[in-house]
Amino acid sequence: MTISAGWYLGLSVVLFSIGALGVMIRRNVLVMFMCVELMLNAANLTFVTFARELHDIGGQVLVFFVLVVAAAEVVVGLGLVVAIFRRRANATADDLHLMKG
Amino acid sequence: MVAAFGAVLVAAVGSGHASAVDVGVFAVAAAIIIAGAVGVVVARNPVHSALMLVMTLFGVAVLFVLQRDPFLAAVQVIVYAGAIVVLFLFVIMFLGVDREENIAIEPLRGQRPLAIGLVVLSTTGLLLLGEVSRWTTGAQHVAGIDAGKQSNVYLLGRSVYTTYLFPFEATAALLVIAVVGAVVLARRPPASSNPVDDRTDADAVSPGPLPSGEEPSAPAATTGAATPTADTHADTDTDTDTDTANAAADADADAAIADPVGSPEEARS
Repeated sequence: MTISAGWYLGLSVVLFSIGALGVMIRRNVLVMFMCVELMLNAANLTFVTFARELHDIGGQVLVFFVLVVAAAEVVVGLGLVVAIFRRRANATADDLHLMKG
Repeated sequence: MVAAFGAVLVAAVGSGHASAVDVGVFAVAAAIIIAGAVGVVVARNPVHSALMLVMTLFGVAVLFVLQRDPFLAAVQVIVYAGAIVVLFLFVIMFLGVDREENIAIEPLRGQRPLAIGLVVLSTTGLLLLGEVSRWTTGAQHVAGIDAGKQSNVYLLGRSVYTTYLFPFEATAALLVIAVVGAVVLARRPPASSNPVDDRTDADAVSPGPLPSGEEPSAPAATTGAATPTADTHADTDTDTDTDTANAAADADADAAIADPVGSPEEARS
């Protein structure tokens, strides 16, 4: 008998909450990206848990796709960060107010 | 603190019907995951945040193995810890932002209590929802059976190349688009653009270059007045342009200074 799915889901909730908290309270853009990765990992853990619980391979395929999307997101996001840092040294999320009306 | 948390978790999870090895592995992995996630959020140095992220990703990979999913665990370690975190570290080092940030300063008043309250509320709600309700519909193996004699990799590969063939092709297109987008974003601006105009529009408070009609006889003075503003926002590729402009302005100023010194000597002789 393995561990019940509820423990995995609870851990996933806690991991997602910590990631969301980090996105809300940190100002460094790179750390905010890492917290987004934490939230994506929490979703991956949920997918794998349900794949085991429902005996369905679809959850694991979705984790595969989430990995691809996370890689693409990180590539484009870090490209944006590099482009922003070229214009302004030492930028935090609060300094990016160029589009403020 | 992590060990105490793990011990409490072992006691809590072990009250069910799980085997001792599974309980121990789950508790240790959960403690590693939560400690790493908290470390990502509270670390002052972005490099430490990235290393804590690696710790969390390894813990998640351990839980994948525990749920009999070894392929995704390997992919998790290779892609996340091997590629994504290395990309993060590369950007941190490349930009030179590995300075420590003082996270005790709260720039927006009331932001942190509000964020913590919101997160605690939603976490409690989700945990209660998972506790009091049935979270599965009872429908099983909709997309394919994850059991039987076939290995996990075989089932995953067959599912990706048959049932999920179109999403698989779409992710290929997505990766190509991401690569092209990254190249376009990282491209240096063309050299023909005016560096002064490009830099000074970032700060609304910075004074623009002096109007050229005011001093028609001294264009070098106008350039000299504009370059200190441009210098603070200049990046590496325009540094050479700014430096040559500065050198030209200095040469003109030297000539202007040397000229009145030279002419009295000529008049004296």
